Amino acid sequence: MTTMVTTKPSMWKNYSTWANRHRKWLFASPAMIFVGLLIAVPLGWTLYLSVTDSEGSVRAASNLVGFSNYLEVLTDTERFWPAVMRTFVFTGGALAIELVLGMCIALLLWRPFRGEKWVRVAILLPLVATPVAVGMMWRLIFDPNIGFANQVLSWIGIPAQPWLSGQYTALPTLMFVDIWQWTPMVVLMLLAGLTSLSDEPDEAARIDGANSWQRFWFVTLPLMRATVIVTIVLRGIDALKTFDILYATKGKGGGSFHEVETLNIYAFGLSFDYNDYGIASTVLILFFLLIIAIMWVLTYRRKANRS
Amino acid sequence: MTTTLPARPVIETPRPVPTAPRRRKPRAYKIFRVVALTLTVLLFIAPLVWMFIASLKTNVDIYDASKTVFFTPTLDNYDNVLSRNNYFGFIFNSFWVALLSTLFSLLIGVPAAYAMSRFAMHRSALVVLMARIIPGVSLLVPWYFIFANMRMVGGFGVLILSHMFVALPLIVYIMISYFDSTPLELEEQAQVDGLTHIGAFLRITLPLSVPGLATAGILSFIFSWNNFMFALVLSGANTKTLPVAIFNFVSYASIDWGSLMAAAVVVTVPIMVIALFTQKYIVSGLTAGATKG
Repeated sequence: MTTMVTTKPSMWKNYSTWANRHRKWLFASPAMIFVGLLIAVPLGWTLYLSVTDSEGSVRAASNLVGFSNYLEVLTDTERFWPAVMRTFVFTGGALAIELVLGMCIALLLWRPFRGEKWVRVAILLPLVATPVAVGMMWRLIFDPNIGFANQVLSWIGIPAQPWLSGQYTALPTLMFVDIWQWTPMVVLMLLAGLTSLSDEPDEAARIDGANSWQRFWFVTLPLMRATVIVTIVLRGIDALKTFDILYATKGKGGGSFHEVETLNIYAFGLSFDYNDYGIASTVLILFFLLIIAIMWVLTYRRKANRS
Repeated sequence: MTTTLPARPVIETPRPVPTAPRRRKPRAYKIFRVVALTLTVLLFIAPLVWMFIASLKTNVDIYDASKTVFFTPTLDNYDNVLSRNNYFGFIFNSFWVALLSTLFSLLIGVPAAYAMSRFAMHRSALVVLMARIIPGVSLLVPWYFIFANMRMVGGFGVLILSHMFVALPLIVYIMISYFDSTPLELEEQAQVDGLTHIGAFLRITLPLSVPGLATAGILSFIFSWNNFMFALVLSGANTKTLPVAIFNFVSYASIDWGSLMAAAVVVTVPIMVIALFTQKYIVSGLTAGATKG
């Protein structure tokens, strides 16, 4: 501290010294208290609701029912487990395709070329577009009667598809929409990783006579491991929680056959359409645990691999 | 989770200059690359162009397959959306909520990120990043009832708070990676010259962090502008934001496609214009942490 010690320190100086001494928590605590309050209280409440039979209104009288909600949800093969499956299919499928496609595009963009700037802008646009508007846009394009998608199919002689309105085609169609919107994100992250690589390992492999595929598979990809894992974690969390495009295109309950009802959509419907708070909270706690478990596996494996 | 904390922002990373002259690629590869890149650009742009074209068509033309490309453009849909459906009000709501939630988040998020970076507070950072991991629905029911009790539902306050919840982890995440890469020496120098720790932060580090602040601010604005779920539950008739207004467009019996597409254009175009001018910042923010080795 360079503060001069005077015989009568002014009030301001006292405050200043105190603030500087405690700056660590002075700086960090407002944000942490904000997040803490907005998470801890609601999460505690949700945890409490999940062991009650609360329904209709949270303020209405409810009884503690122990773990019967959990038993009910975990044995529910009609809505809960199919929703879990859809969440995994949607996230896993979309994420896998986004990674492969994203890596291909990132490799195409890796080395500088003329017009690079315009390609980057084009890739950025889907990424920043409002998801609800994106949902509406694809809803028109995939409309079975007037949509452009079926028009294109008719030009090349393929019969019209139901797309979003089909019981079995809706989820793959929405995975496509997710891929359209978020592959650019994967491209940008992988490209950032690629441009930070040094050229030397690649050159060395080239001199040793490795072809481009071998250089990618045995040199570039292993060096990109950390970037790929960060990409999977960040994109995976968001994909698991996908709400906007699903709700904007299929509405409540994920369509009339619940064909796109993921855990998030299911929990939202239970909460705000059926006001079945007890069951909704149970589903949400399970969903949250699932996300934590996946995150833990990804980061734990990463640490284990490193040491 | 602490391992995903970013080491340094990409914004500073210069494109490495090839050390040795590269071997010439065969012509076939060059052609393949041009074709592949063109296809990629088309795939990402075409749907947006289609949305724009449809917004200029009458509903009769939208239903007419022979008028896919050739039609008489009209601005009727925009007239309908903007003047008859009060979209200027929704635009204002979206803008106001996004602006205030971004400013408040920067105000509490930047000092927090600074402390977390300088004192290596990984666990505290994890608390804030928790807000990004947790499913929003699990907080919405309690929020709704707590804020309804405080008579805040339907007001701007609760919307801003909920959007800050999205913006804050983003800002903290980006700024930690930025501060991690800012050298300590300048601050130490400033302290030798008589500034306090906080003074050095305010007068030296903060002005040097303007690119990082811009990145964090722009992204948080975009995320708030695009947010749908929180506004869907927490907004009232007077505070409805654009995404909710667009969603309400289709809850009626038949869909007015032309106007719906015009509304979709109205919500996406401002964001895309911002993105065009701030491309560099957005990319560096989105990829923060991607290159941790």
